[in-house]
Amino acid sequence: MPKNNIKVALIGNPNTGKTSLFNQLTGLTQKVGNYPGVTVDKKQGTSKLSATQNAIITDLPGTYSINPTSIDESIVLKTLLKKDIKESPDVILVVADVENLKRNLLLFSQIKDLEIPTVLAINMVDQMSRKGISIDLTALKEELNTEVVLISARKNTGIEAVKDAIIKCHIAAKATPMCDNKKIDPAYFDQLKAINPNYTLYELWLMVTQKNFPEGISKQEKEQLLSFNKDVSKLRRYQHKETIYRYQEINKVLKKTYLVDKSKATDIRAKLDKIFTHKIFGYFIFLLVLLLIFQAIFDWSSLPMDLIDTTFAQLSDFARSNLPVGVLSDLIVEGIIPGIGGVIIFIPQIAILFLFIAVLEETGYMSRVVFLMDKIMRRFGMNGKSVIPLISGTACAIPAIMATRTISSWKERLITILVVPFTTCSARLPVYAILISLIIPETKIFGFYNLQAFTLLMLYALGFVTAILSAYILQRTLKIKSSSFFVVEMPNYKLPSIKNVLFDVLEKTKAFVLGAGKIILALSVVLWFLASNGPESYKNAEKNTLDKAENEHLGSDELLQKVAAAKLESSYIGIMGKSIEPAIRPLGYDWKIGIALITSFAAREVFVGTLATIYSVGSDDENTTTIKEKMRSEINPVTGEKIFNFPAGMSLLVFYAFAMQCMATLAIVKRETKTWKWPLIQLFGMTGLAYVCSLIVFQILK
Amino acid sequence: MSTIASLRIGEMGYISEESLDVIPLKLLEMGCLPGAEVRLVQIAPLKDPLYICVNGSHLAIRKETAAKIKILKVNL
Ligand SMILES: Nc1nc2c(ncn2[C@@H]2O[C@H](COP(=O)(O)OP(=O)(O)OP(=O)(O)O)[C@@H](O)[C@H]2O)c(=O)[nH]1
Ligand SMILES: [Mg+2]
Repeated sequence: MPKNNIKVALIGNPNTGKTSLFNQLTGLTQKVGNYPGVTVDKKQGTSKLSATQNAIITDLPGTYSINPTSIDESIVLKTLLKKDIKESPDVILVVADVENLKRNLLLFSQIKDLEIPTVLAINMVDQMSRKGISIDLTALKEELNTEVVLISARKNTGIEAVKDAIIKCHIAAKATPMCDNKKIDPAYFDQLKAINPNYTLYELWLMVTQKNFPEGISKQEKEQLLSFNKDVSKLRRYQHKETIYRYQEINKVLKKTYLVDKSKATDIRAKLDKIFTHKIFGYFIFLLVLLLIFQAIFDWSSLPMDLIDTTFAQLSDFARSNLPVGVLSDLIVEGIIPGIGGVIIFIPQIAILFLFIAVLEETGYMSRVVFLMDKIMRRFGMNGKSVIPLISGTACAIPAIMATRTISSWKERLITILVVPFTTCSARLPVYAILISLIIPETKIFGFYNLQAFTLLMLYALGFVTAILSAYILQRTLKIKSSSFFVVEMPNYKLPSIKNVLFDVLEKTKAFVLGAGKIILALSVVLWFLASNGPESYKNAEKNTLDKAENEHLGSDELLQKVAAAKLESSYIGIMGKSIEPAIRPLGYDWKIGIALITSFAAREVFVGTLATIYSVGSDDENTTTIKEKMRSEINPVTGEKIFNFPAGMSLLVFYAFAMQCMATLAIVKRETKTWKWPLIQLFGMTGLAYVCSLIVFQILK
Repeated sequence: MSTIASLRIGEMGYISEESLDVIPLKLLEMGCLPGAEVRLVQIAPLKDPLYICVNGSHLAIRKETAAKIKILKVNL
């Protein structure tokens, strides 16, 4: 029995259920969504096909054909043209949507012509009776000369049959082309084929049209192929002819095997489209959806958040009274527990946000938003498709920037990438939440809308508006020419699959907590060390303070606090905070906030954890209070006023709204734009804007 | 001659053969072929893009593209 793993690539039109099938085959849980372009990079997993045979499955982005027009689609072409034995797939599993089989077969026909063993999985067969579709499977297999399996990735039917078909197809290893381009112009294509007969005619044709050459091609052959590329209009004409020819072949096959009884079809899409894309209701509904999300983020999450907050305070208490006194327990009580608590507390809000985004993606509503927004977005140099990154940027800028890969115009894509970090990501949520609860009273406006929730909504709006305005400026200033071609498929509405949605929420929340958790844990240890150690002056701080206080007749409590504060101030971190204090004092911040600004450069959410750690070290009270209470009671020793008063709080909110404080985003932008130029422009542009705006806000309000 | 952009909501037409060269390859591949029946499903609130149904595909395309694709109108 072959011990080698079979390499299987999942290929198909967008939104046909490749990722759903991938998850069923591998048991992994990749993100799925009823929006074309959910998968924008390739993912791998292993599947047990039989007792003795495993397969490595690769999930690829959806594409309508092998001729790519955007980055996500070109990944498919690259996978297919790779002649590298290690990488190239043994079997291609084409996933097609039963409802739109004709169009799905176009891609199938192209893949067949590459002469790689292929299995066709026709997905969503659970919808067949509702749409009045019937298929003659035996005839279809014969006509296509291929293993065909009817499956439902959602209902989990036919998966075993897919596995069997993959094994069978791999053993048979036969691959017959479906179309023959020679029919278009025999002389022309004979000449092409003569260049290197080791490749199939269609592979050579792809090399010509896509200028994408596998390694095995010699320099001379490459030149010969490129000479075909001289007559562009002829090339184009032949590509058009080829497409028509493929559709003719497909129609012939489907006429014999595929039947739609229109009278049986029940279609609610038309009715729903009337509402969701309506001139007025369309925008109204979109706005309502956004409002609902923000209300939910604040209202549904307040109870679990309070619970987590108090639990961590108790945990600290418990640890303090039960651990032996020493450096290690100080680290745990003052460094690790508050640091971790600072992340855990935001799980409810982040999960709710992810939940809404997952539901919107699953139902097919997102494409309607693209449709509604394209004209507006175009005025700002973007594209209807930019709405998706801007919305999912409210969860995290990283997947949002990845999602821009579906935008085919480079200029529109670049602008979208550059402005996405302005949208309020979930890492800002912790910062906003704690500042809002400190400076905005908990009253209701209009009788029902929570004022704190409203402030949050305004901050989200601020993010969006800034994103849009900067896009407008970029559109005017960037001198990039790129053609903008736009086409979006409007998928059918679907009831979200609860399993998919929950998996998605779980996965993303886990990724956020682990990702942020790692940084925060590490930083809180470093911070704690820097805060409880220092140069010479640190060692004398205690003695000096005690000496000075001798004739002040202070109570012992006050004295202890003074000592703790003096120690923090002369610690390493205190010195760092102090050294940037002159620059941030005009914004209303003290050196402790300065420390948090420094540490949260790596990731915004570190802000809260840092302050938690600093105040735990800096305060000496034995009853550990919650982070919020500690911040609330913080007094500026110079002015005697609260540190987190309204002007300073607002100034901080504005700072965090604009500043580019996320190393991970910068790294992703570098990867997607392939130069450091754009991430650096983002870093200095955004942080500079943040500084100026916070300065103005504080100076006006104080 | 009329184009997809001149259809009214709910109206249908057949894409004319002479449009072959002006239809972007991507649209062809998505089923927007000469001879195919095309129906205008919806127009976005700001008059652009257009939501069409062609060959079983539901697509949103911009008006500038639609205005290039000539059709023969079907009178219902
Ligand atoms: N009714 C039904 N819906 C399905 C089935 N399989 C997948 N879906 C739904 O189809 C939508 C698209 O599924 P995905 O798995 O994300 O599709 P994809 O092919 O990976 O999409 P891209 O990554 O965008 O190319 C989701 O809403 C799924 O829940 C099925 O067998 N029946
Ligand atoms: Mg996918």
